[in-house]
Amino acid sequence: MSIDVLMPALSPTMEEGTLAKWHVKKGDTVKSGDVIAEIETDKATMEVEAVDEGTVEDILVAEGSEGVKVNTPIARLSGEGEAALAPKPAATPPQSSASPPTAPPAGEQLEAKPAATPAPSSSPAGVGGDSSVARRDGGGLRILVSPLARRIAEQKGVDLGGLTGSGPHGRIIKADVDAAQPGQARTPAAAPAGQPVPASAAAPRQILSLEQMGIASGSYDLVPLDGMRRTVARRLTDSFRDVPHFPLTIDLEIDTLLAARSKINALLEPTGVKVSVNDLVIKAAAIALRQVPEANASYTPEGIAMHHHADVAMAVAIDGGLITPIIRSAETKGLAQIATEAKDLAARARSRKLKPEEFQGGTFSVSNLGMFGIKAFASIINEPQGAILSVGAGEKRPVVRGDQLAVATVMTVTLTCDHRVVDGAVGARWLTAFRALIEDPITMIV
Amino acid sequence: MADIFDVIIIGSGPGGYVTAIRAAQLGMSVAIVERELLGGICLNWGCIPTKALLKSGEVYEQLGHLADYGLKVEGASFDFDGIVKRSRKVSAQLNAGVTFLMKKHKVEVIEGTARLEKGQDSAKGAAPKVVVALKAGGSRTLTAKSVILATGARARTIPAVGLEPDGERVWTYREALVPRRAPKTLIVIGSGAIGIEFASFYKALRSDVTVIEALPRILPVEDEEVSKAAQKAFEKRGLKFRVPANVKKLSKTKSGVAVEIEAGGKAETLEAEVAIVAVGIVGNVEDMGLEALGVKIERTHIVTDAHGATGVPGLYAIGDVAGPPWLAHKASHEGVHCIEHIAGETPANLNAPIPGCTYSTPQIASVGLTEAQAKDQGIEARVGRFPFRVNGKAIASGETEGFVKTVFDARTGALIGAHMIGAEVTEMIQGYAIAMTLEATEIDLQSTVFPHPTLSEAMHEAVLDAYGKVLHI
Repeated sequence: MSIDVLMPALSPTMEEGTLAKWHVKKGDTVKSGDVIAEIETDKATMEVEAVDEGTVEDILVAEGSEGVKVNTPIARLSGEGEAALAPKPAATPPQSSASPPTAPPAGEQLEAKPAATPAPSSSPAGVGGDSSVARRDGGGLRILVSPLARRIAEQKGVDLGGLTGSGPHGRIIKADVDAAQPGQARTPAAAPAGQPVPASAAAPRQILSLEQMGIASGSYDLVPLDGMRRTVARRLTDSFRDVPHFPLTIDLEIDTLLAARSKINALLEPTGVKVSVNDLVIKAAAIALRQVPEANASYTPEGIAMHHHADVAMAVAIDGGLITPIIRSAETKGLAQIATEAKDLAARARSRKLKPEEFQGGTFSVSNLGMFGIKAFASIINEPQGAILSVGAGEKRPVVRGDQLAVATVMTVTLTCDHRVVDGAVGARWLTAFRALIEDPITMIV
Repeated sequence: MADIFDVIIIGSGPGGYVTAIRAAQLGMSVAIVERELLGGICLNWGCIPTKALLKSGEVYEQLGHLADYGLKVEGASFDFDGIVKRSRKVSAQLNAGVTFLMKKHKVEVIEGTARLEKGQDSAKGAAPKVVVALKAGGSRTLTAKSVILATGARARTIPAVGLEPDGERVWTYREALVPRRAPKTLIVIGSGAIGIEFASFYKALRSDVTVIEALPRILPVEDEEVSKAAQKAFEKRGLKFRVPANVKKLSKTKSGVAVEIEAGGKAETLEAEVAIVAVGIVGNVEDMGLEALGVKIERTHIVTDAHGATGVPGLYAIGDVAGPPWLAHKASHEGVHCIEHIAGETPANLNAPIPGCTYSTPQIASVGLTEAQAKDQGIEARVGRFPFRVNGKAIASGETEGFVKTVFDARTGALIGAHMIGAEVTEMIQGYAIAMTLEATEIDLQSTVFPHPTLSEAMHEAVLDAYGKVLHI
């Protein structure tokens, strides 16, 4: 009896991934627990283990294939007739804690944002996704699409949710996908007929080719979009376009903070832990979020989600993109622990070995470009978070004390706020709290 | 009777009468103008009566192989008049059927020849008026919101080289359908579906048949491999071919015709009792006042947009008169699309692949691109083949001639063409047509279950073969 090995969902939000590497080939014998493949999602590379014994009858998806939909058969095992199961990822994502608060339960109609949020684990014996004419995508939106259109969309990187079908009963056919631009963002235009279309449902922007915009073909090299680049492009485009955002900027004097850091690091020396300015910023941000809980919130159509903990995501630049691993409940953690976790997360982020729950579902983000000498910048909101803090370089600047000019180490920070959740006054209160903590770091201990 | 309609359809072939039915279903008042017989060429002088003749020929030819099946019949012969009479009866029955359908849908049938004139308010976008010279005498002027031309086509003739029917020794399909006797010797000029079907029929009735084709291979629209296999199969049956050969002149002799041809630089004269001219068709666009209305005509066919609109307000054209492929089912499909568009519905797009069939022995059927066409379009093709010679049902039936060939787009897995030659393939091609219309990929076709034992299993195997998974070879 043959067992189809299906493309696993490595995280609650995973729709597709790249089959990065096969560890087995046709004819190999595998037993339960053997690593058979590596799957690269938009954020991480994960190993897939076999859960059955058998012989690899066929490899159905070639190594390096991009955009392999979850539940597509990727290999076939000839098993012992035991219950056929899909392999589970080496690391099973937690069922709910990691899912973003805006994710509606599977099966419910999505409203403004039909960003697909598949149920954490789809039925293991699911149908081969590719051949189904109609199937449920995301959180219950039914997308009618021809098998060929689905495949071409995968190859081109076109998001089916953003297309309007011109076939019978609105079925998406090849011509629709041919006309679509790769990476075309999902737009709410795909909302079921009869539902009021939100204002942001404007027709997708016509993307002109470089040639159309006067850049001669041949005058550049084209680097193919990988999963991470696509995700970055899609998520940030959605966020910048759909989230009403505004920046609030203040200067902080950090001489006291730097002195405190030296003392702390001297104390920690025997343990080998070293606290960075960024660790202090994360700690201060977390405490400020506890003090001003309105800033630790997410907008959802049903209401404002007030988060219980400050799960602070820190932006880490990695080869080919960026990723935001999370220090969970940072307001409860000591500096040493934050420093240790941050170091470990950053290292594993760079080698793309993060587990999905380690980079999904933060409530607030910190992005630091100080080490590059950037003075000030305003980051784009990392949905569904209510705010993101951009940290500039600490540098000696003239400051006015009383009527005297003095020199101090100054760091400029900018809080970008989602105005639906964090109003200007709330943002200002948070920054005030944050300033107090940074400029008088001893208050962090309290 | 009122002379104002929602839609007037000119021509009642498979394009026109089907459009009329659909129009009536959509609640329109409909008139259909026919100058000859309801059902047009298809029912009366084309598709249907030829199939009746071919069936007689096929059955008779089978009698020659009865021993293969352990059967014995002595003194088998045929009654030529009987064969032709049956064919006419079949046409008459279907013609009556269309008459019934028109009545059922309250479509007013107007017998006569139509001519178009500028509509009274043509400046305001009114459709042209239709003036019908009635068969019964007199004329009627009809007006409608929309007028659909479905006037079809007829055999192309080339008088300059004598390719012109005389009804006696030089025939078109029309004369070839109602002969008084089967000619002992026959030359068929043109090896498209029409030429090949008549060649096949008369060969079955023991005529000595030679087919002349100007292009490098017979059935030139089919896939090259199919053309080649077809010629081989026909030659096995005793058909002769001159391919490629140009007809220089056709002249009449005392006893028949002489056809001067040139093949490979050598001149040759072929003689026969009768010649059939099957060198294509021309659209029926004359004497309807189209030029005066400004209808654009290119190479005897009306130029239309994607919905059949001619550019003249309210005037549409569908079917053969609107261009190739010249097939009844294409005409019906276009007609339904056109009338649904007029009614403000959103019909499915017209890009559905159109299968083509030739009802010779063996049969030939195809849909989509040939391997060469795919190549020309820059598509990397993945090709599968499966011969009927190893298909169980074909062996049991004693019909092992031919094969199935599939053409896939290697990049997307889309089925882009299918080509079949063999028994019953005209009845099977729609399986592939459905797959293509639904935009199936190789996965869908591979995972479809085909019943055993059937000839259609070869269709499955030809798909599997394209992906290196063929089972029975």
